[in-house]
Amino acid sequence: MIMKKIVPWLAVFLLLLLQTSCDSGDKDTSKPRSGTRKMISVKGSDTMVHLTSSWAEQFMSRYPDAQVSVTGGGSGTGIAGLLNGTTDICASSRELQDKERSLAVQKKIDLVEHAVARDGLAIIVHPSNPVTELSMNQIRKIFTGEYANWQDLGGPDLPVIVLSRESSSGTFVFFQEHVLNKADYTPKARLLAGTSALVQSVTADRGAITYVGLAFALEAKDSVKVLPVKSADDAPAVLPSDETVRAGLYPVARPLYLYTDGSSSPEVKAFVDFCLSEAGQKIVQETGYVSVR
Amino acid sequence: MWKDKAMRLLMVSAASTSVFLVVLIFFFLAKESAPFVLKPGLSALFDTQWIPVSFVRERYGILPLVTGSALVTGLSMLFTIPLSVLGAIYIAEIASPVEREFLKPFIELLASIPSVVLGFFGLMVLAPLIKSLFGLGTGLTALTGAFLLTLMAIPTVITLSEDAIMSVPRAYKDASQALGASDLQTIFQVIIPAALPGIIAAIMLGTGRVIGETMAVLMVTGNSALMTWSPLAPVRTMTATIAAEMGEVSFGSIHYQSLFWIGLVLLAVTFVLNIIAQRVLVRYGMMK
Repeated sequence: MIMKKIVPWLAVFLLLLLQTSCDSGDKDTSKPRSGTRKMISVKGSDTMVHLTSSWAEQFMSRYPDAQVSVTGGGSGTGIAGLLNGTTDICASSRELQDKERSLAVQKKIDLVEHAVARDGLAIIVHPSNPVTELSMNQIRKIFTGEYANWQDLGGPDLPVIVLSRESSSGTFVFFQEHVLNKADYTPKARLLAGTSALVQSVTADRGAITYVGLAFALEAKDSVKVLPVKSADDAPAVLPSDETVRAGLYPVARPLYLYTDGSSSPEVKAFVDFCLSEAGQKIVQETGYVSVR
Repeated sequence: MWKDKAMRLLMVSAASTSVFLVVLIFFFLAKESAPFVLKPGLSALFDTQWIPVSFVRERYGILPLVTGSALVTGLSMLFTIPLSVLGAIYIAEIASPVEREFLKPFIELLASIPSVVLGFFGLMVLAPLIKSLFGLGTGLTALTGAFLLTLMAIPTVITLSEDAIMSVPRAYKDASQALGASDLQTIFQVIIPAALPGIIAAIMLGTGRVIGETMAVLMVTGNSALMTWSPLAPVRTMTATIAAEMGEVSFGSIHYQSLFWIGLVLLAVTFVLNIIAQRVLVRYGMMK
């Protein structure tokens, strides 16, 4: 008897609940796209957060009525955001994968790629580590788990602790593709969330090794050791720096991208143009990355 | 008259909100994870490796994540149970009212510390400590996570166990002492057995809390998807996997669906634990 009364009411309640949740969903996706409020959101690569927020600051001081918000979370997060319409610009430290491009076509997003800077990935170890250089080959074997002790590399008898970013990171995917030659990381690799956690762990653990963006390595150069890298076993070892990355001598380097939707607002275009301008590229160098000019 | 009815309906719907939410969440999880059954098939979940991002072959075996969660939870309960039960006995039976007034607020305070703050404490204090204690390369291990979770489980288990012990009728204690039993004999042979169902339920609820905890374990367990039972190895728990990877996956991909499967497994486990706890309580008349 009571059940009979309750059931229809609950059905109405349920419908209302669904209705309101759908409404708020629509609002969320339309907000960043509307150009009237001159809000620009940039989301993605943690490696680039430094850079994009410096750009955003400068851009806002030049165009006082523009509002730029910058969030990290990893390149994958930014790409998902662009495809789902929750961000205007995606900052990515890797190229889009075919899967993602075809998803963009499905969602009728006209992806535009802008290479806005270059970055070297520094291989860092604990300062007490006596190893002086590594070849690309050795790095690959360390990260795939073939070398498990520093003894194999002419160091002390100490287990190698491989640290890596989480799989949502563009740096993770870039490193896997270009340094590990698309092989999988060792399952023993500890995955940490964010570059600062990596630097913190390398500072504390004697056997640790990891990769971080050049800007972060320069910032932490007193507490970690940056290893020179040989592109082949008989090639000279090269330290990552502005010059060596730009000249293409340092082997672990990559372009950094901004991705936008081709049909986005003029403010978004103005922001990207600013990043590529002389002033924007000066910021690239000031924040420790390598300019594309 | 219609006012009564309207009010009644309003209250009924308010009271049933959580029922609906649970049903909705189950429905949502099932809907998002369903396509996985067709491709690549449920057997993919029983793989022994979790490699969701790979150029060679993606593997979605949740077994290492399940053992990771089990290891961290098991270890943490190993510390939590003796600490909380002994603590609860002391607070309920032995402590003077002054001591009780002092102890209780601190236990409640422990419950209110946000888990990110505990995780931070684990990363900066506990991990280096465990590293030097066991002579390890790094302190990011299952054991570190278990210690942190113990801090989170203790308030739940201690408070509920204490309630259970308090609810043992005064007559039991009096009868036992009238027969010449000492305080210790009374506690361990009369009161604890009488309160046991309540204590077991408390432990179950504590376990549910520990299994579902995310932030603290994400920060200190090292997150390597290894299938291991060694407390000093790094592990990746189910919750940490969802938290770390959900932001990245493209909607509807196999990786996305497999994360929902993890969620489903997690929900099922906590659901069963809660049901068992409720059953135990009802069965032994500790909850009407």
